[in-house]
Amino acid sequence: MSTPTPLTRRSALAVAAGAVSGSLLWPGSGRAQAQKPAELKVGITTFLSGPASVFGVPAKQTAEMLFDEINQAGGIGGVPVRALFVDEAPGTDHLVGEFRRLVQNEGVQVMFASISSGSCLACTPLSDELRKTTILWDCGTQRIFEEGRHPFAFRTQGYATPEVLAPLLYLLKTKPDFRTLAVINQDYAWGRDSWEIWKTAMDALKPGVRVVAELFPRLGAPDFSTEITRLLAARPDVIFSTFWGGDLVTLVRQAAERRLFERSTFVLPVAEASMQILGRTMPAGHIIGTRGDHWNNHPRPKDPARLARFVENYRRRFNEYPIYPCHHMYQAISAMQAAYAKAIAAKGGGWPNDQELAAAFRGLEFPTPTSTITLREDGQGLEDQIVGVSTFTERFPFAVPKDMIVFPAAMVSTPVGQKSVDWLKTLKPDLLAQVPAPIAG
Amino acid sequence: MAGWLEQNTLLLGLALLDGLAYAALVFMVAVGLNLVFGVLRIINIAHGSLFAIGAYTAASLGLFFAARGLPPWAGYVALVLAAALVGGILGPVIEAGLLRRIYGHEQVLQLLVTFALFMILEDAQKLIWGVQPVSSDAPLRLLGTVDVPFGEDVVPFTAYQLFVLPGVALATLAGLAWFLRRTLTGRVIVAVTTDREAATAMGIDARRVFLLTFTFGAGLAALGGALASPTTTLVPGIGAATIVLSFAVVATAGLGQIEGAAISALLIGIGRSAAVYLAPEFEVVVPYLIMVAVLLVRPQGLFGVVETRRV
Repeated sequence: MSTPTPLTRRSALAVAAGAVSGSLLWPGSGRAQAQKPAELKVGITTFLSGPASVFGVPAKQTAEMLFDEINQAGGIGGVPVRALFVDEAPGTDHLVGEFRRLVQNEGVQVMFASISSGSCLACTPLSDELRKTTILWDCGTQRIFEEGRHPFAFRTQGYATPEVLAPLLYLLKTKPDFRTLAVINQDYAWGRDSWEIWKTAMDALKPGVRVVAELFPRLGAPDFSTEITRLLAARPDVIFSTFWGGDLVTLVRQAAERRLFERSTFVLPVAEASMQILGRTMPAGHIIGTRGDHWNNHPRPKDPARLARFVENYRRRFNEYPIYPCHHMYQAISAMQAAYAKAIAAKGGGWPNDQELAAAFRGLEFPTPTSTITLREDGQGLEDQIVGVSTFTERFPFAVPKDMIVFPAAMVSTPVGQKSVDWLKTLKPDLLAQVPAPIAG
Repeated sequence: MAGWLEQNTLLLGLALLDGLAYAALVFMVAVGLNLVFGVLRIINIAHGSLFAIGAYTAASLGLFFAARGLPPWAGYVALVLAAALVGGILGPVIEAGLLRRIYGHEQVLQLLVTFALFMILEDAQKLIWGVQPVSSDAPLRLLGTVDVPFGEDVVPFTAYQLFVLPGVALATLAGLAWFLRRTLTGRVIVAVTTDREAATAMGIDARRVFLLTFTFGAGLAALGGALASPTTTLVPGIGAATIVLSFAVVATAGLGQIEGAAISALLIGIGRSAAVYLAPEFEVVVPYLIMVAVLLVRPQGLFGVVETRRV
């Protein structure tokens, strides 16, 4: 049973005005001629508390910084933008309620959701129901666009399949002789899903690898000593882990102290966000990823000045380097700006309604600090992946990749209309011949 | 069975070493929680926050000492100092400012008040230390590693994990037992716990005993956090994770039991480690399975005494 949403005085007046003008006679109020609003409200769901706030708070900071910059430059289509933030930490029930409130009561024009895949899975059906453009700005689950069609939802970055497949291809390309492997992932959807993607692809591309340990400790566990002991005893050639945040920092520190990095090669697809915290503790010579192509030492960014400006502005304001959720937030905001520009131009300068805005997102190309991302017809963004081997340079006080391989997004993404696990099973070892050579240095 | 044991003896030996260290950390937190409940009869949800603040304070002091060029052993001073500061300042403030007003009220109210305090302290941590992971491992690095033989191989353990954590936990257990049974103040605490009215009638200041006990319990939580800080990474939410496991230990032991907390921490620590080796998919639930199994057989906990208050 649902509770009727109370009408505010403003929304009641808007409904009355719509009725008088006749627009409510048409099915779907979104088809009405949209008026340019006094401000463009953007609802952003992110983690403001709990362990995942290591991602959520930097992303929020990025949104605030970029919205300030946009407003100083005159807003979007002359309309100032304002962010309304919602904490994902209390869970999906709370989040779904807040999503509805922002859209129906606060008059939010665009929603950004979310960091957690669970949050995205809960919010995307709402975008269908409320017919509200929703940018999936960070979550990685492959299920969103593989299990349904969502005409108002768009993901402005890569997702789990390319983010896991690219490090596997890197491993197979650069260290193909491994025979044994262990996995240590967090015990929740991302940890389990990323292992399924890795294992399926590995079985297709290099059959016969022996998995000597499958460890799934609790998300947010303070200690991984026992798991490390077991990995030390098992001596796998390779250890795959999609740990992130404080868990990854703890794992790397405990494993480095006990010389596990000397026995096995680690593959860490989500390493980038923890490199600043780890500093010199992160051992060199292990495979690291960043859920995209946005490394601070990107070997050939499309727009070096844009990347340098973003990094420097962020550093000046928050006294740290931006991490990948900051880049994902940048991408979402850049996509929103590009879509509004496209929709306004298509309407001859008029303000787009919900359908017109969503239509502008389909097939959209938008710039990021490092490249250009295209949104496919299913709403999924094509973001290149860069994977490399951890090393230290004079430029950064923390590990960055060397010998980077830029994986074109289309090479590592599941084709439209297919499911990732089914597609991964069809991969053949000759795919490795298409993998670009590492960029030396 | 014999063949299985023969094959896995070495692995179980490693699991035992891991389990001991884990049990030591869990015990440090649970024993403070249990002591406070035994005397004040309040289940303090904010106990996890005291653990977290102790850990953050120890890490901050350790980083501060390192930045000042102090030798690595100063990291150990930071651990003790953090526990003393957090226990000595926050303990009395919370007891006198908040808990004193809710003694004797319904347990639901007490839970709500300490839960509210927990939420406030969680946000205070974020205000002070931010949300990015914080770590300081000088005490752990100072002692280095010990190679434990494993067949023809060796498995490195940190000396901190093998010796410091179990050592401090044992010393705490022995010290608490001695304090409560052999010193006047300890006996006064036991007297108030056993029969507050009779103790008060004999001239014992129960308010002072409550203040002292809570301060001591807060100090133990902070010491647990401080001891954990070199081994782990501090992030928002670390207090919540700790308090949940501590409740499992306390419930298994029986509320108010100190030696019981040590035994159940050992059971849970070793059980969890063994699960990582033998059935890793059960690692997360093993502590709670042990708790449920114990409570099914003995609803008052392993060492709990029905209708009798003990420290």
